[in-house]
Amino acid sequence: MSDTEAHSVAYVRDTMMPQQPAPAGETGAIRWLRENLFSGWLNTVLTLLGIFAIYLFVSHFYGWFLHGVWEANSIKECRQIIAERWGPDASGACWAVIRERWHQFIFGFYPPELYWRPILAFALLFVAIGPLMFQFVPKKVAWFTPIYPFLAVWLLWGGSVWGPVLVLTGFVLGGVVFMAVARFGSIMAFSVGAIVTILYFLFAVGPLISLFHAMIPVGLESVASSKFGGFLLAITLGVGGIAMSLPAGVVLALGRQSDMLLIKTFSVIFIEFIRGVPLITLLFVASLLLNYFLPPGTNFDIILRVMILVTMFAAAYIAEVIRGGLAALPRGQYEAADALGLDYWKAQRLIILPQALKISIPGIVSTFIGMFKDTTLVVFVGLFDPLKGIPDFIRADFNWKGIYWEPFVFVGAIFFILNFAMSRYSMHLENRLQREHR
Amino acid sequence: MSEPHIERSVDRSHMQVSDEVAIQIENMNKWYGQFHVLRDIDLTVQRGERIVIAGPSGSGKSTLIRCINRLEEHQQGKIVVDGIELTNDLKNIDKIRREVGMVFQHFNLFPHLTILENLTLAPIWVRKTPKKEAIDTAMHFLEKVKIPEQADKYPGQLSGGQQQRVAIARSLCMKPRIMLFDEPTSALDPEMIKEVLDTMIELAEEGMTMLCVTHEMGFAQAVANRVIFMADGQIVEQNNPHDFFNNPKSDRTKQFLSQILGH
Repeated sequence: MSDTEAHSVAYVRDTMMPQQPAPAGETGAIRWLRENLFSGWLNTVLTLLGIFAIYLFVSHFYGWFLHGVWEANSIKECRQIIAERWGPDASGACWAVIRERWHQFIFGFYPPELYWRPILAFALLFVAIGPLMFQFVPKKVAWFTPIYPFLAVWLLWGGSVWGPVLVLTGFVLGGVVFMAVARFGSIMAFSVGAIVTILYFLFAVGPLISLFHAMIPVGLESVASSKFGGFLLAITLGVGGIAMSLPAGVVLALGRQSDMLLIKTFSVIFIEFIRGVPLITLLFVASLLLNYFLPPGTNFDIILRVMILVTMFAAAYIAEVIRGGLAALPRGQYEAADALGLDYWKAQRLIILPQALKISIPGIVSTFIGMFKDTTLVVFVGLFDPLKGIPDFIRADFNWKGIYWEPFVFVGAIFFILNFAMSRYSMHLENRLQREHR
Repeated sequence: MSEPHIERSVDRSHMQVSDEVAIQIENMNKWYGQFHVLRDIDLTVQRGERIVIAGPSGSGKSTLIRCINRLEEHQQGKIVVDGIELTNDLKNIDKIRREVGMVFQHFNLFPHLTILENLTLAPIWVRKTPKKEAIDTAMHFLEKVKIPEQADKYPGQLSGGQQQRVAIARSLCMKPRIMLFDEPTSALDPEMIKEVLDTMIELAEEGMTMLCVTHEMGFAQAVANRVIFMADGQIVEQNNPHDFFNNPKSDRTKQFLSQILGH
C-alpha cells in the first residue's frame, strides 16, 4: 500500500512477510511435466502411449546391447559366450568383430606399418581448414592450406616427392603467367595461363618428374589405390569432393546467371544432366566408360576418377542451392556495386557471393552431408566402402560369416558423428555470421 | 508539403555554374519491350549545376538518371558524361561509373560489411587507394555527414536517415564529379528527411554537380538552379525554381504542382 493511504486506512501492515518458495507443484520438473505432458486427457493418453512405444523399442534392443561380447575370435564363439552367460535364447551383439577388424573399417587394406601416413594427413587436414573455418586460428596458418592437397596426396599414395612438387609447380607457373599477362585483360590472362598450365601437364611434368627423381630420389613407399578402403576411402573422397565441388558449384551458379549465351547454356545443360542421372550411373561411367574415351595407355587412377564424378554430382546440386541464394539478394545490391564502378568479378567476390553463400549455408552443408554418405556407393565400382565393401570382405572370412548388425551400427555411428559435427559447424557459422551482420 | 524541412535560406552567391558541360544527352529514347519509357530526351547539364527532376510516378525520371550511369541501357540517341560517350564498351562504362556517384531510394548499403568497410571498399578495389588513405577519407566524409561514431557498426544497426547519409558518404569517398540522387528521401520517416536534405544542401553549397529526382519541392526551391518536370517519358517543362513554381507554363505542370503543393 502506498504512503498516502496510510493516513486514511485503519490498519496498514508495516512489515513484509518473508518470501516463500512456490508450492512444489508450481516449480521445476513437476510443473514442467504437468504443463507439457499431462495438461489434458488427450495429452495424457498420448504421453502414456509414447512411453509404451519407447518401452517396446528399448526392451527389444537393450538386451542385444547389454549382452554384447568384445572378447571372442569368431561369431560362433560369441554365440557360445552369450548362451552361457544369458541363457540359450538370449540375443547379443558380437562386438568382437569390431575389435578384431577395426583397422580394416578405418584404413581398408592400407599397409599397417604405414598407418601413420593417413593419420598424419588427417591431422594436417585440420591445420589446413582451420584458418578457413575458425576465427581463433591465426590467419598466418593459411599459407599451409594451398599446399595441403599436394602434401596429402603424397602422404596417402606415396611415390616420388617430385610428383606433388612438380604438379604444384605447374599451378604456380600458371599463376605466374596469369599475373604477367594480367594487364592485357583478365580473359586473355586466364586463357594464356590455362594453356601454359595444360601444356606443362601434358608434356613437361612426366619427364621432369623422372628427371628429378633420377637425380635426387626422395620419396615414400607407393600405396596403390586398390589398398584404400573403409573410412580412409570415404573421407578421402568426401574431403576431395567437398573441397572441389564448392568452387565448381559457385562457378556453375554464376554461369547459369550469365548474360553470355554459351556459358549459360553449358551451365544449364551440365546441371540438369548431372542432376537428372543417378549417381551410380555416373560412377559406372567413371569406372568403365572413361577408359574407352581416354587415350590408350593412360593410367587414370580409379579414386581420382570417382572423385571427379562425385565432385561434378555435388557441384550441380550446390550450384542450384547457391542460385537460390543469389536470387534472394535484392537487385539494389547489384546496382550499388555497379554504380560504385566495381567490375563483375569484384562485385561478385566482395558483395554478391559473401551474402549469397551465407544464405545458402544450410543447403550447401546438406549437400555435403549427402555427398559424404553417397561415397559408400563406390562399392558398386569395386572399391571397398566402409558400409558394404569392408563388411562383405569380413564376412567372407569363415569366422565372421553371418555378422550383419554390428558393422552397420559401428559404421553408422561413425558416419553420424562426422555428419553431426558438420551440421553443428554449419549452425555455428550461421550464428557467427548472423551476429556479424545483423 | 515539403517546405518545413528546409529552414535556412541557402546562400547561392558562391555556387557558380561553369560553362563546362558535365552531361550531354541528345535525342535519347528508351523502351522496356514495347513500352516507350523515355522519348526524345535532350538535356545538357553544366558543371556545378543542381537539377531537380520532378514528375508523377511512372514518368521516367528515375529511368532517366539511371541511364546516365548505365544501370539502364538506352536504345537510341547519345549520352556523353564527362566527355566520355556511353556505349557498350565496358571500359567506358566503368570510367563513367567511377566519376558518377549514385544514391538510391533504398540506400543499398552492403549489409555484410561495416559502415567503414562500405565506405572504403570501392576506393580500395576500384581506385586502388592505399587502405590507410581510404580509411582517412572515409572518416572525413563520415564526419561530414555527422556520424563518425557509427563507423564500426553494421548498416542494419542504423536508422534509415543515418543509412542514407552513409550511402551519400559512400558515394563521396569515390570523389565523384557528378552525383545522382534517385528519390533519396522517399523511403524515410518524415523526421529523418531533414537530416538527409541538410547533407545534400551542404553538398550543393560546395559546388557539386547534382541531378536529383525528388518530391521535396522545398529542397528544389532552396538549392536547384533548374527544375525539370517530366511526364509520360518526356521533359515537359524546365525552368529556374522561382519561375517554375510561381509561373508554370503547361497545364500538366500546373496540375502536378497543385496536387503536391495543394494541401
